[in-house]
Amino acid sequence: MLAAGRRRALRRHGWLVRRLALGAVTLFLVSVVVFAATQALPSDPAQSILGRGAQPEQLEALRQQLGLDRPLVTQYLDWLGGALTLDMGNSLSASNTSVADLIGPRLENSALLLGITGLLLVTVSVVVGVLCALYRDSPADHATQGAALVANALPEFVVGTLLVIMFSTVVLQWLPAVSLASDQSPLSDPKTMVLPVATLLIVTLPYLMRLVRGSMLDVLRAHYVEMARLKGVEERRILWRHVLPNALVPAIQGSAATLAYLAGGIVVVETLFNYPGLGSQLTTSMGVRDLPVIQACVLLLAALYVVLNLIADILTVVVTPRLRTRMR
Amino acid sequence: MSVAEVDGLRVVIAATGDDIVEDISFSIESGEVLGIVGESGSGKTTIGTALLGYARPGSRIDAGTIRIDGVDLLALDSLALRKARGNLVSYIPQDPGAALNPALRIFEQVEEVLAAHRVGASDQERRARIEQVLGEVKLPTAREFLRRFPHQLSGGQQQRVCIALAFVALPKVVVLDEPTTGLDVTTQAHVLATVRDLCAKHGVAALYVTHDLAVLSGLAQRVMVVYAGRAAELGPTAQVFGAGAHPYSRKLVAAIPDPSARREFGTIPGTAPSPGARPEQGCRFAPRCEWAVERCAAIVPPSVGFGTDHRSWCFRAAEVQASSAALGAAAAPARTVGHAPVLEVEDLHAAYGDEEVLKGISLSLQRGECLAIVGESGSGKTTMARSIVGLMPNWSGSIRVDGQALATRARSRPAEVRRSLGYVFQNPFASLNPRKTVGDAVAMPLREFTDKGRAEIRVAVGEALERVSLPTAIALRYPAHLSGGERQRVAIARALVTEPKVLICDEITSALDVSVQATIMRLLERLRSEEQQLSLLFVTHNLGLVRSVADRVHVMHLGEIVERGETNQLFEAPQRAYTRGLLADTPSVLATPTSKSDLPARAQLAP
Amino acid sequence: MATVDVTRLAKPPTLAPQRLASLRAALRTGRTRIGLALTVPVLLIVILGPLVAPHTPIEPVVAPYASPSGDALLGGDAIGRDVLSRALWGGWSVVWMCFAATALGFVVGIAVGLIAGYARNWVDDVLTGAMDVLLAFPAIVMALLFVSMLGPKLWLITVIVAVTHAPRVARLTRGVTLEVVHSEFVEAAEVIGVARWRILLGQILPNLSTPLLIEFTMRLTWSIAIIAAMSFLGYGIQPPDANWGLMINENRQGLVVQPWGVLAPIALIAAFAVGVNLIGEGIARAMGQDDTLAYRELS
Repeated sequence: MLAAGRRRALRRHGWLVRRLALGAVTLFLVSVVVFAATQALPSDPAQSILGRGAQPEQLEALRQQLGLDRPLVTQYLDWLGGALTLDMGNSLSASNTSVADLIGPRLENSALLLGITGLLLVTVSVVVGVLCALYRDSPADHATQGAALVANALPEFVVGTLLVIMFSTVVLQWLPAVSLASDQSPLSDPKTMVLPVATLLIVTLPYLMRLVRGSMLDVLRAHYVEMARLKGVEERRILWRHVLPNALVPAIQGSAATLAYLAGGIVVVETLFNYPGLGSQLTTSMGVRDLPVIQACVLLLAALYVVLNLIADILTVVVTPRLRTRMR
Repeated sequence: MSVAEVDGLRVVIAATGDDIVEDISFSIESGEVLGIVGESGSGKTTIGTALLGYARPGSRIDAGTIRIDGVDLLALDSLALRKARGNLVSYIPQDPGAALNPALRIFEQVEEVLAAHRVGASDQERRARIEQVLGEVKLPTAREFLRRFPHQLSGGQQQRVCIALAFVALPKVVVLDEPTTGLDVTTQAHVLATVRDLCAKHGVAALYVTHDLAVLSGLAQRVMVVYAGRAAELGPTAQVFGAGAHPYSRKLVAAIPDPSARREFGTIPGTAPSPGARPEQGCRFAPRCEWAVERCAAIVPPSVGFGTDHRSWCFRAAEVQASSAALGAAAAPARTVGHAPVLEVEDLHAAYGDEEVLKGISLSLQRGECLAIVGESGSGKTTMARSIVGLMPNWSGSIRVDGQALATRARSRPAEVRRSLGYVFQNPFASLNPRKTVGDAVAMPLREFTDKGRAEIRVAVGEALERVSLPTAIALRYPAHLSGGERQRVAIARALVTEPKVLICDEITSALDVSVQATIMRLLERLRSEEQQLSLLFVTHNLGLVRSVADRVHVMHLGEIVERGETNQLFEAPQRAYTRGLLADTPSVLATPTSKSDLPARAQLAP
Repeated sequence: MATVDVTRLAKPPTLAPQRLASLRAALRTGRTRIGLALTVPVLLIVILGPLVAPHTPIEPVVAPYASPSGDALLGGDAIGRDVLSRALWGGWSVVWMCFAATALGFVVGIAVGLIAGYARNWVDDVLTGAMDVLLAFPAIVMALLFVSMLGPKLWLITVIVAVTHAPRVARLTRGVTLEVVHSEFVEAAEVIGVARWRILLGQILPNLSTPLLIEFTMRLTWSIAIIAAMSFLGYGIQPPDANWGLMINENRQGLVVQPWGVLAPIALIAAFAVGVNLIGEGIARAMGQDDTLAYRELS
């Protein structure tokens, strides 16, 4: 009896195991691609780091330092080992600083930015989306949809620059345009987070809000909602027990997908506002060809992206009974 | 006082004011079943939902009174109206799968009806009541079952849950909206029996909306026929169906294929007008009516009474009623064809994945005959048809056309073989590419099998369309602008354009209205009489159709042919128990109206 | 008794295929009109700009960050070049790369999606798996990675952006193909024995035209965003050539003094992006799909 129960539990959760395995494989592939792009593809990584004017001795020294003369597979395994133990060597530009020390605080700052943005994003888009669906075709709905149409299309840095023009330089001078020095925490001066968060929100809110609205409208038209009315169920219960649970399922998937997108989107925004996070670190390092730091940043951002997508997939299945239980 | 009274009901499209139904009046007594019958677009579903004071979004109840147990629903405020729904009058939907919330467990969906109407003082009382009603609809009451989600139930079980939902709060009136659509004959019989029992037991009045007259014959005491939003006739079922007093009632009955006798299909010229396209004055059926006189086009006919409780809205009602047999003339007798097999199937096995669907089918279609394959869903009849025509990748055995063995897939077969098999699909709304014109669709076989030039193809397409009684100008139009019947005729034209030896029809009329079905069947009859060499393999679940069109019949059940024979013999003296059960479960328009104790031949626990 | 079913002539026969009908309907919506009003002028500027520019975009003509004057209608940029001329010259690379990247992504995506959706066997599994792998990488990050390592070659950027589009287009195409491929009209063609490629192109593809058209405009907007962002970060056309994205970055410092150096390219990019997006929205609305647009993209 017990064995059968355990077997059944395994079968029921088989999808979870599979999805996690898929996530692990994806991360592995990402690491291969990052490695390939930085150390395998360029014919001479040392050359691309030091540039054209480098002396042969400098190139040789760098090659030795980076271990570029060893076979690729060995290089990769060493590198991967380092990544997994969070020891990726030292930064090439900020000498004597380990990569980990350099990007540690940056990672925190980016996480903070993403976290605050994510929280605001999900709450505002759900609330606005639901309200717009319930009050469809009202003037407020039309206005919101119109604004969403425009905001949806604007590239991030355009939004960011416009905000800077509006609020920090030309029109009004409420908020600082340029952020802090790289070792300060944004929490010490919260005003510096306002514009970056606002930019990210303006770029992603329209999509998620329209998603919620669309999904709500779909569910409001469903037969089972009509049936609940014909059964005499109260409107409030219909909204909370019939409409919202079904309508918000795509919203969960969409939120996670949007957050995943943001993992890449912060690069431009952080650079624009000089916000001390992973994204701006990436662009700075790319400018000076600081290979280990580039690798670390890309790996982290990509891993974040993969993990968020994984969470999205898992949540979708958890929330949809049909996918969870086996069909009869 | 009747438990349900409707007077002068008028429902309109909110945006345009065009009426969906107009001037509908009827009443239902406690314990009685009133049937509302009409074809698509007649407004019958609107009448059903109006009985709950509900108008679908986009429509609005414009006028009339609706009294349930003395309470005028249209005069109630929204809170009182909500309380009346589910409690005073309840609804059983057409599509139970869509009517149940996929994210809520069964128990909760039943319980919320009780909770909304404050039935039962405690959780235990509610629980007891739920178990009681589930038992009445013959569903398990175990905890494990109650915790299931809708997708874990079969179609029949889902419908029983919906019936339970309707009866759990003990309403006075129940509205049933085509509740057995999509269920096969056996399940349908069970569901109908359950409904009949519950209504009788609790003295509930029922309004049964349907397009299927045969179902009403065994179930409803009285019936109202609706056409284009207006009532045509209202009276005792036997009288309205047996000797109708309205031309439309007569035509409708004449169009129905019946398993008890081989008859011709009666057709009605023209199509029913939809809201907005209806004549402003006069009787709406007049443009298609053979009894029409000048008055009919000018003035809306008032109702004419016949005995107790029988009314007809026709100027010539008395004449119509007195006219002779409503049912169509006896059709041409079945052909006895010689032994000239054009299609031979031997030991056909087929499987979907691991599951074996065909377990060794053998049959032989003779030249010029019409062989019907009849069975319920799951019998394998469609799989067999698809295997023959090469759409089924996983079959074994032997299939021969004129002696030549066929490869598994259509694509692997030589052109003459492909050309010799024509196939007409079930769903006329899906079998034509919405992005291609009618002409393109019909021309496709011509382009594949012949090397005619464009001009020649155009001529051939025109001829094919004329053969199915469609105007050649229709070749330029897109399927979206055609009715279901027209589309199916295009599909038939496409199948016949390169003169195949065998025409395989896979449930070609299940998606069509009764009168449209009759037109298509008449078309097939004419084609067969014009082209004596055409052999027809007719797959269907409708025994009535089979009786009127087939020369021989094979009955399929769970992947095997259980009985075969000439049509009349099989229907009058079925050998196997399964066939007998099938015939007994099939409702017939010609059945005598039942007393409430009539139960179907095989009353068992629901699967 | 006549057996002829009188043909319904409720609506006058429409000869135009639905595709054209929806485009025409789209042209009637406010959104598409505004979209065209925004996009067409930008395209004209991109194509004709270099012909009417008053100065060369490379040589300085006024003082750095000079205010607008007769010589330079929009003032001077960071090193004194004419902002107006640079704006007129600077759109070409951005725009052609956007169209090329999107078009390339679509060609690949449609091919993969059609084949995967129609094959429905191991071919489908392999292709979908490959697409999923590509989707697992965050676009901007990977694009930056490759471009920073291999150099800001324009063809490389175009190809990378195309690669970010292809899997999503393939997913959409595959989804619609799967819906259509089980349709009875496709099976009717299979019964007749029409060749597979003919079915794909002749029967299935026409049903994809509208969702793909809408998707094209959406993807184009995304291309604009990423390509302009890459230029902004310095990975597009290199200085001293004019490029809208680069201009924004170059002239940021002097924003307070001379906003036009930033405003002109921003206005042009924004107009183009918003315009294209609105055109797509207009088509979606004409097909009644605008409410569920974002919703569909998920699956």
